[in-house]
Amino acid sequence: MNPSNYVMLSAVLFSIGALGVLVRRNAIIVFMSVELMLNAANLAFVAFSRMNGNLDGQVVAFFVMVVAAAEVVVGLAIIVTIFRTRRSASIDEPNLLKY
Amino acid sequence: MTMLMPAEGVFSLIWVLIALPLAGAAILLFAGRRTNSWGPYLGVLTVLGSAVIGVLMLLEMMQQPADGRTYGQELFTWIQVGGFSADMAFQLDQLSIVFVLLITIVGSLIHVYSLGYMAHDKDRRKFFGYLNLFVAAMLLLVLANNYLLLYVGWEGVGLASYLLIGFWQHKPSAAAAAKKAFIINRVGDVGLSLAIMLMFVTFGSVSFQDVFGVADQASEGTLTAIGLLLLLAACGKSAQFPLQAWLLDAMEGPTPVSALIHAATMVTAGVYLIVRSNVIFTAAEWAAIAVIVVGLITMWMGAIIGSAKDDIKKSLAGSTMSQIGYMITAAGLGPIGYVFAIFHLLTHGVFKAGLFLGAGSVMHGMNDNVNMRRYGALRSAMVITAGTFIVCYLAIIGIPPFDGFFSKDDIIHASFERSPIIGVLAMLAAGLTGFYMTRMVAMTFFGKARWEDDVHPHESPKVMTIPLIILAIGAAFLGMALVYWGDIESWLEPVVGFEENPLPLASWVYEATTLALVLIGVAIGWIMYARREVPVEAPRGTVLTRAAREELYGNQVNDVLVVQPTHYASRSLVWFDNKAVDGFVNGSAAFVGGLSGRMRRYQTGFVRSYALSMVGGVLLVVLALVLVRMS
Repeated sequence: MNPSNYVMLSAVLFSIGALGVLVRRNAIIVFMSVELMLNAANLAFVAFSRMNGNLDGQVVAFFVMVVAAAEVVVGLAIIVTIFRTRRSASIDEPNLLKY
Repeated sequence: MTMLMPAEGVFSLIWVLIALPLAGAAILLFAGRRTNSWGPYLGVLTVLGSAVIGVLMLLEMMQQPADGRTYGQELFTWIQVGGFSADMAFQLDQLSIVFVLLITIVGSLIHVYSLGYMAHDKDRRKFFGYLNLFVAAMLLLVLANNYLLLYVGWEGVGLASYLLIGFWQHKPSAAAAAKKAFIINRVGDVGLSLAIMLMFVTFGSVSFQDVFGVADQASEGTLTAIGLLLLLAACGKSAQFPLQAWLLDAMEGPTPVSALIHAATMVTAGVYLIVRSNVIFTAAEWAAIAVIVVGLITMWMGAIIGSAKDDIKKSLAGSTMSQIGYMITAAGLGPIGYVFAIFHLLTHGVFKAGLFLGAGSVMHGMNDNVNMRRYGALRSAMVITAGTFIVCYLAIIGIPPFDGFFSKDDIIHASFERSPIIGVLAMLAAGLTGFYMTRMVAMTFFGKARWEDDVHPHESPKVMTIPLIILAIGAAFLGMALVYWGDIESWLEPVVGFEENPLPLASWVYEATTLALVLIGVAIGWIMYARREVPVEAPRGTVLTRAAREELYGNQVNDVLVVQPTHYASRSLVWFDNKAVDGFVNGSAAFVGGLSGRMRRYQTGFVRSYALSMVGGVLLVVLALVLVRMS
């Protein structure tokens, strides 16, 4: 199978993720969209690794997974804390940090 | 160029001449109050010691042949930078020794007089310290063998003058007068420092020997520039037009200071400078002519101011300006005049010191009042003061056989040898001298008593009158002695040169005419101020009198030409600083502040808009990369 199809799929997934981050208000959905973007990137890395015939891309994909796991830990903790104080998971409402 | 003899025997003590009063000054000024009781006497002794050494040197010098009387003493190398070197080295010749004796002997007499005059001043230790400092600096000035060392002495006497004019600094007028003297002197000092730089650039050296040895190789333009700069320096120090305005205010200082610094010695330093640099002025004709013009203008200005002032010290100060005008004129005449400039400087140093000390003695008996309109009929109250004052008076107006007759007539002769115009001006000024000095004597010692109620005139103590008597003897016989016995012309001739031009008429004609003019001046002065009643309040007077009382508007001219433009310039600079410099700095700060005030509006706290801007940024970067790739 042509490896460029994987790259195409990765681009589509990334765009969906980015659009999700921009348009959705629920923090959990935004979070999932971020995960989608990260995994789109992973797919692209693996695809390029296969195309170039070396393992660099696959190594980076592991790193991204580790970072994503850490990010999920911190991000979910923040979201839970905000939900506890505000009884809402909307990302438009916590807007105190401004001019 | 005369040969330098090594300083041996008594001449190895040249440095001691300066070191003695300098040590005196150091002890008095640094040892503090411990020396209060004996300090003043130490101050007198150091100057007396220098005077004794000076006399011994003169006696030794007279034993030597005329061309072997220049002694050099090198202490150490003072400055050595590249091709430039200046030594701490002294040169004693016929010209210096004359000054050394004038400074130390008249200085000693004035120190002794000050013991009485300043007896009740709580700061008299400091006073004697400053006087010693002055004597040391003045000796350094006349003994230096190069212009840079001379400059040190030149600044030293300026410093001492400043300290002593402002000695009673609790009086605002004295403090202001000291600053005025210092600042106006700075103008002249700039001239001297520029002259020294120009000499170094032109001749590669600043020592007298080197400069005078090669002076004739420089272009006339350079020599004229050096001459004019030296003249500027002389104008500042000697209170010559146009830098004359400080001398009258300098009378705020104690009277012995006026006698020593502002009559006998420091103010004649300009004459010394010109005569010492005679090689330059002889070669630069236009500079010499400028010297004559300055001398003539000041001679008349001083005499006119002296004729109108009611303050006895300021009147004497005007007279000093006028007499130094004579010396400067003579110094500008060239080899026919140098000798007489120094001759008049010597006699003037003696009789003017006598006059000032006499005025101080009068003030001492009159509760320090200086207004001559409140004097009158003092001759019987203070016999010795009146007698010595009148002897000095006869000397300054030039009645034979007193000092001034010889020295001033010589200058008038030399002026006629050069040009009848200079001669007539100098001769008429002699008549004016007769008038203003008679006015002073008549208002002070003759006429009716116009004393204030609580004044009880009395003769001063012996410590003050004995110096007066010695100075009066000097005023009576020094001129005669120097002409008939000392032969001043051939004494100074090896250093300054001397020649005589033929006069169109027999010399007694000039002497008789001068004497007649002086007597006319005396008669007018006597009729106006001794025969007629002198009003206690000064009458309004003619335009000339009012102008002379205002010192011929010298202060106003300085104000308009220098002070106000400076004020205006500094105000403009303040404006420029406030508006332009601060405006730029404050403006750029306000710009950045305003810009960031606008920029922070984009910090909305709205997370998704941040996300959008990030995506937009990423897209832009990618787009840029793609474009770069493709091109």
